[in-house]
Amino acid sequence: MKRLLSAAVLGLALLGTAQAAIDTYEFASEAERERYRNLVEELRCPKCQNQNIADSDAPIAMDLRAQIFRMLEEGQSNEQIIDFLVSRYGDFVLYKPPVTARTLLLWYGPAGLLAGGFVLLGGILLRRRSKPGVIASGLSADEQQRLAALLNQTPVDKKD
Amino acid sequence: MKRLLLLLPLVVFLGVAVFLYRGLFLDPSELPSALIGKPLPAFSLPAVQDGKPLTDADLKGKPALVNVWATWCVACRVEHPVLNKLAKLGVTIYGVNYKDDNAAAQKWLVEFHDPYQLNINDARGTLGLDLGVYGAPETFLIDKDGIIRHKFVGVIDERVWREQLAPLYQALVDEAQP
Repeated sequence: MKRLLSAAVLGLALLGTAQAAIDTYEFASEAERERYRNLVEELRCPKCQNQNIADSDAPIAMDLRAQIFRMLEEGQSNEQIIDFLVSRYGDFVLYKPPVTARTLLLWYGPAGLLAGGFVLLGGILLRRRSKPGVIASGLSADEQQRLAALLNQTPVDKKD
Repeated sequence: MKRLLLLLPLVVFLGVAVFLYRGLFLDPSELPSALIGKPLPAFSLPAVQDGKPLTDADLKGKPALVNVWATWCVACRVEHPVLNKLAKLGVTIYGVNYKDDNAAAQKWLVEFHDPYQLNINDARGTLGLDLGVYGAPETFLIDKDGIIRHKFVGVIDERVWREQLAPLYQALVDEAQP
């Protein structure tokens, strides 16, 4: 089983290198190659929706890689390249969606829920600590006094 | 007040249930076009038939379908007879021959009949890229000013036309009449 697994992992790793070798682009510098790699990895393929355009071998992903390479060579910035693609394919191509009114819940929902949970927890703890007697017995101040009086009487009762 | 608070988990549960239930019926592969409401991208490309230069200005004037097709696209073969029928009904259809071999495209139009009023030869796919095309067939609905009003991805069959596109097209035609 373990051997099979490692063979599969090795196979997958080789597959990655084989795919990456399909396009052969000559980059002017190592920095440019790095930018290219980052871009194709964070952009999503519009055709095969659960892959980025680096991994996909759909024709459109190939075209987009070529387009990104061309724009890099022309000296355009990452923002310009991403804007170019978003204006044609929409926010959909971004694996990291921008913060807009529509995505607010997506971006801040989890943090909001967590904060809400802490506030609730804090509230409960605070209430318990500030009036422990009231919470525990549900007695009013008057009733508590009577209770204390009754408790003080007990030793006297025992003497009898 | 305390009693009402006990209902809170139920309310939360119902909220989540409604949210997830709705999700069952959403199509995650549906990709809204970023170009709705925008004009057709500017282009200058040759026509498929005679190589005559065409620009975006040639597609303005009346509401139309802009159909992205190719001979390598199997689904386009299925769609083609429907387009022929629509053309016969008087629907204006422009073609974008996307990343195709021009000779093969010409042969196709002779063999299967030509429903297109104009056919743009986009051999390198530059217009396709500007249109946000990611496959074929794709069809855009443009109004008389060349503004993209709707995009349909996939094969237009009779049912799609009847139920989705015909009403939209008719609305554009009505809008174009003063």
